[in-house]
Amino acid sequence: MSEVQILTMAEMAAAGKEPEILFWVGCAGSFDERAQRITRDICKILNHVGISFAVLGTEESCTGDPAKRAGNEFLFQMQAMMNIQVLDVYNTKKIVTGCPHCFNTIKNEYPGLGGNYEVIHHTQLIQQLIDEGRLKAEGGESFKGRRITYHDPCYLGRGNDVYEAPRKALEILDADLVEMKRCRSNGLCCGAGGAQMFKEPEKGTKDINIERMEDILESKATIVAAACPFCMTMLRDGVKGKDKEQEIQVLDVAEITVRVNGL
Amino acid sequence: MIGQIIFIIILAAAIWLFSKNVGKIRRNILLGRDTDRSDNPGERWKTMALVALGQSKMVKRPFAAVMHLFIYVGFVIINIEVLEILVDGVFGSHRVFSHPLGGLYGLLIGGFEILAVLVLVACVTFLIRRNIGKLKRFSGVEMTAWPKSDANYILIIEILLMTAFLTMNAADHKLQLLNFGHYIKAGNFPVSDLLGPLLPDRASALEMIERGCWWFHIIGILAFLNYLPYSKHFHILLAFPNVYYSNLNPKGKFTNMASVTNEVKAMLDPSFVPEPAEVSRFGAKDVTDLTWKNLMEAYTCTECGRCTSVCPANQTGKLLSPRKIMMDTRDRITEIGKGIDQNGKDFKDDKTLLDNYITREELWACTTCNACVDACPVNINPLEIITEMRRYVVMEESQAPASLNNMFGNVENNGAPWKYSAADRLNWKEES
Repeated sequence: MSEVQILTMAEMAAAGKEPEILFWVGCAGSFDERAQRITRDICKILNHVGISFAVLGTEESCTGDPAKRAGNEFLFQMQAMMNIQVLDVYNTKKIVTGCPHCFNTIKNEYPGLGGNYEVIHHTQLIQQLIDEGRLKAEGGESFKGRRITYHDPCYLGRGNDVYEAPRKALEILDADLVEMKRCRSNGLCCGAGGAQMFKEPEKGTKDINIERMEDILESKATIVAAACPFCMTMLRDGVKGKDKEQEIQVLDVAEITVRVNGL
Repeated sequence: MIGQIIFIIILAAAIWLFSKNVGKIRRNILLGRDTDRSDNPGERWKTMALVALGQSKMVKRPFAAVMHLFIYVGFVIINIEVLEILVDGVFGSHRVFSHPLGGLYGLLIGGFEILAVLVLVACVTFLIRRNIGKLKRFSGVEMTAWPKSDANYILIIEILLMTAFLTMNAADHKLQLLNFGHYIKAGNFPVSDLLGPLLPDRASALEMIERGCWWFHIIGILAFLNYLPYSKHFHILLAFPNVYYSNLNPKGKFTNMASVTNEVKAMLDPSFVPEPAEVSRFGAKDVTDLTWKNLMEAYTCTECGRCTSVCPANQTGKLLSPRKIMMDTRDRITEIGKGIDQNGKDFKDDKTLLDNYITREELWACTTCNACVDACPVNINPLEIITEMRRYVVMEESQAPASLNNMFGNVENNGAPWKYSAADRLNWKEES
């Protein structure tokens, strides 16, 4: 990590600079051990292509997404307005997020409260970089012939119609890409959205991530590509639940990109 | 002459009764809160053309889509023929369009006959699929007595109407060949012609069959028209406005409650003076707390269950069924409407949508994944109702599940849903 310099917006401002893009890390990306690795990988990608970026660090706070989905609009708007104040202090124009929930909330719900930014998800950034020829798949681990499937996060796919960007990032791998029977707009939720991440599921016959695991097993993929820290947790739990840790890896699209480029 | 008078009386009564019942549904829908869906007319017309008229979301299930298309196209086009029957009935004429249309008339009647057969095929297939095929989608806790029989009644009525239409044509055709009375040579009868041998050859008997089927067909249609407001089949009318007024925003975008914005702004900035807003509760406890669009959706729902069949909670055995959310909403607003009819517009009872119809367990099982919203062929949004009810439970009652209250507390105190200190937010930078 030593080669990647990560500055905060405050540090940038102190140096009289404004970064090209603000990297909104999100709570999972900041605190969840598994998601932290994805956060670092997103930084590596930004650094690799030479995009100047900064994070809010301790000034970042929860976007309010779980509060809003659970029905606590007060808490959501408190969070949103405080975040907007901070973002506006730094004259933020463009934001990249590693979490579809942060992405959706800042992109769609902040404008109504006065926060207007160009917001993209990290898989969209990766797609743009590939399209521009700034990011390739070379110099690192080979994924040639490996069976990879992609799990659509609800708040990226159905929520915002982003289906192709993450797939684009996988297409350049020369891997054996397979779709699960439920994919794209028909994709199955990982079970964590709508604040489910923070509570026990209601009584039922099985957990949603186990149901999703069955789609994964059916696809016979050895790598499941994820694009959301919540999906990551749920899918990994599913893999553990089915005792498939030796056979199936869950990797974020950013992690795959970092590996294939040897960053 | 007597026939014409009876016809006009029946027609007038049917139209009067129908408008009265539609008026009630309209009033019930307008019991909902206001919401502005007048923006972007261009986009709205386009969506309606694509989704309602063009059936674009039906194709996800190709078999049902084709069968439904038969009934849909049949229904829309055969209305030209119904128009002729109405004119004939009022003026005592017979096949009044045959003169002005000439050769085209033959083509049209031929087309209607083929459509009638396609409708028959689709209805019989649907009946078999529902009652013998045991499709999972058509069972489920909310598909109890009435919703189940409603579907069967609709299909049986359509089968009867189409059979009467073809029998009428067959008798008419035979009478034409006999040069009998006013039965002028008009139309092509490619299908009903085949029924000819089943009918008697005597002109008087044929005339009785033709008249009998004619009356049965038109009275059947008028009766069916008046069945619509009581049935899920009402979707044939509401699908169009419902899609026109659908949500054009990304599905992930939830509404920002303006009433909350005022309070939050006042909290953050004591000098802020909020614009006076109407006082209402936060979120929805009963159907009248929902918007008119939510209520219109409830009356548009045709209980096809595509929403429920893709719902991750439902698929994994939880209580939640998006279809039930819509049906409960409709049942409740209908109940309130009946109360108003009987007791005047200030009618109140001690029931509410929450708890009396929809349980909290259902509400909390939702992952807000939007699968139900995406699956609906007529752009109904059950998720909005679930969200509004969660808002009521959380903000008015403070009755969120304990673990969610913990999450709220963490967000409020630490700026994260987990119990971590904001000071540790950059710790990820150090490890590798």
